[in-house]
Amino acid sequence: MTTMQTPDTTTRFPEAQILADEHVPAIHIWRDFDATPAQLLRAHTEAEIFAQWVGPQDVGADVTHWDARDGGSWSYSVRGTDGRQEFETSFRGCFHTVREDRLVQTFTWDGMPDAVSLETMTFEDLGDGRTRLHAFSLCDSFEGRDAWLRSGMETGVNDGYAAIDRMLAEGSL
Amino acid sequence: MTDQLSRVFAALADPTRRDMVARLTEADHTVNDLAAPYDVSLQAVSKHLKVLEDAGLVSRTREAQRRPVHLEAEVFDLMTRWIERYRRRAEERFSRLDAVLARMQDDDDPAHEGDNPTEGTAS
Repeated sequence: MTTMQTPDTTTRFPEAQILADEHVPAIHIWRDFDATPAQLLRAHTEAEIFAQWVGPQDVGADVTHWDARDGGSWSYSVRGTDGRQEFETSFRGCFHTVREDRLVQTFTWDGMPDAVSLETMTFEDLGDGRTRLHAFSLCDSFEGRDAWLRSGMETGVNDGYAAIDRMLAEGSL
Repeated sequence: MTDQLSRVFAALADPTRRDMVARLTEADHTVNDLAAPYDVSLQAVSKHLKVLEDAGLVSRTREAQRRPVHLEAEVFDLMTRWIERYRRRAEERFSRLDAVLARMQDDDDPAHEGDNPTEGTAS
C-alpha cells in the first residue's frame, strides 16, 4: 500500500507530522493520541462524534449522510470564513473498509468533483495507552496532490511542478 | 516571489536536476564533480545548472578558481511554507479530536459507569 516505512515505534508524534510521498502522489500524516484504537475508530465512524472535530473551530461540520460500514457512504458540509467572507463547502466519499484497526474510504471535495483521493487510516496501538493514527491519502496525480498541499497557501500562486517530495524524503529540506 | 516559486517548481520537475540538488545538500561541488555520474555532456549539465541558478536554488562563487556550485537552502523555505500551512490545519483538527477523545475517556471511565450506564459503550 504505502511505498515507505512507517517510522519506528520509539518515535513519538505529539503533533501532526506530514510527509509528501516520494514515489506516489500521496500525503502521509502521523499523529499519536491518548486513546485506544477503538476510540479513534469511533471518532472517525460515529457521525455525531466526527462532526465535533472535523469542521472548523466553533462551527463544526454538518453531517448530511452517514452509513459507516463496508460499502457505505458519507457526506458532510462545513461553514466557515476566510477572514473576509463566509463560505460553505461540502465533501463526500464511500466507506470501503471499516475495521477496528483500519479505515479505508474515498474522499472528494465537491469543488473538484472529478478529483478523488483514496484515504487509508490505520490505528496502531502503541502499548502505552496511546494510539498512532497514520493517514495515507493517495491522489490521482502529483499535480492534484501538490495543489491539495498548497490549498492553505495564498491564492494566486502560479501552478508549477512540485518535486519536493524527494528532498523531503531524503531529509534535505 | 510567486514567480520565483514557479521557477523553483519548474526547475525541480526534472529528475537530473533534483539529483544534482540532492547531492549539493551534502557539499558544494564543481561542475565536473556534478557531471560525473550522468551520461550527458558537460554542456547539458551546464544548462541544468543555469536553470537551477535562475530559480535561485544554486549559486556559484565568483572569486574561487574552481567556482564550486553552492546550494541556496533558504529558497526551500518558499516550499516548506505551504507544507507547514497544511500541517498546521491538520494539527488544529487533531487538537479538537484530542478534546473529543478526552471527553470519551471520561465517559468510558469505570468510576462513572454507575452514573450513566448507557454512555460510553462503543457500538
